[in-house]
Amino acid sequence: MCTTCGCGPDEVHIDGEHHHHDHGIAYRPRGKGHDHGHDHPHDHGHDHAHHSHAPGTSAARMVQIEQDILSKNNSYADGNRAALAAKGIFALNLVSSPGSGKTTLLCKTIELLKGKRTVAVIEGDQQTDQDAARIRATGASAIQINTGKGCHLDAHMVGHAMEKLDLAERSVLMIENVGNLVCPAAFDLGEAHKVVILSVTEGEDKPIKYPDMFRAADLMLLNKCDLLPYLTFDVDKAIAFARQVNPGLQVIRTSATSGEGMDEWLGWIETGVADVAQAGQVKAAPAAKPAAVSYRPVA
Amino acid sequence: MHEMSLAEGVIQLIEDAAKREGFTRVTGVWLEIGQLAAVETEALRFCFDAVTRNSVAEGAKLEIVDLPGQGWCMKCCETVPMTEHLGACPKCGSHQVQVTGGTEMRVKELEVE
Repeated sequence: MCTTCGCGPDEVHIDGEHHHHDHGIAYRPRGKGHDHGHDHPHDHGHDHAHHSHAPGTSAARMVQIEQDILSKNNSYADGNRAALAAKGIFALNLVSSPGSGKTTLLCKTIELLKGKRTVAVIEGDQQTDQDAARIRATGASAIQINTGKGCHLDAHMVGHAMEKLDLAERSVLMIENVGNLVCPAAFDLGEAHKVVILSVTEGEDKPIKYPDMFRAADLMLLNKCDLLPYLTFDVDKAIAFARQVNPGLQVIRTSATSGEGMDEWLGWIETGVADVAQAGQVKAAPAAKPAAVSYRPVA
Repeated sequence: MHEMSLAEGVIQLIEDAAKREGFTRVTGVWLEIGQLAAVETEALRFCFDAVTRNSVAEGAKLEIVDLPGQGWCMKCCETVPMTEHLGACPKCGSHQVQVTGGTEMRVKELEVE
């Protein structure tokens, strides 16, 4: 049962448990099934005075909202970020298309960090707990979120998964998002950085085809580099495309198979852990901003 | 991009506001969507129609206000209009342009009864 909110997606399962809801917004259309009858056209009878914001009926009034559409998600993300900061945890949101080698790279990372740094993993997939099982086989704790029909993790799901994981202080939390280069770009989960993984078996032009994700990321791992001798993939071109959409993007060439770039990647993680620890000593986590709401009576 | 999630975000804000302000019916919803926000407004309209069924906003008129894309060109040192994501500066052609406006996705106001 949801202890903090009681709302969220109907089809979401966290480690096989149904995340159920009896109010609020679910990830489904309202009413019985998809009724595409459109018997409520948007413009029926409301063409009076809308543009002047002066509706004719005396009961009508305007309410100023001025809130970001994703503000609900962002407030959950702020909560996650505060919880992570309190324990000095460095959290990464790993995003890529399906099949980029995220899970294999994660397993290798955990193996190399064994004895030096505790890593916990939140796995996001539409179905199955295959990935969480692979992570657990390395000895790290992992929790699986199945998004059902959802195409991305949101901060609310991740908050619940964090409650279930007993996260150690000064550890690393890896959140492996649903394989999708579009939607996860817009959803802040409370992570320190989004890390985008592009494998060399994909096209060099992925960064300009899916610019939002490459713009949202702070680091790109160019993965499966051991396969480069067998491919026509142009590394320089791929990096140039990525920096075209995000001039400040850092890039590390990696291979979980050959071990290429792993030292640099682990070094990047350690720098992040140190930064989080330092930030924790300097300042407390910022609180979520209250929603700005005001009335404007209609004359 | 995930217009269904966005439409659900909108209805969530509307329902929160309904509880706070005590209105029972929404007849108009004004959104501000930036040109660089990667939102398909037609898809959003379709999803809005689906998620508002049986809610306080059923049948509400949806007005989407487009906000222009803007960026800061590091070479020209000035704000320039941007119409697409990859954002070459229209003056000098440089890609060293930082987006400064046009990524908004906001619920601006509601007309309620």
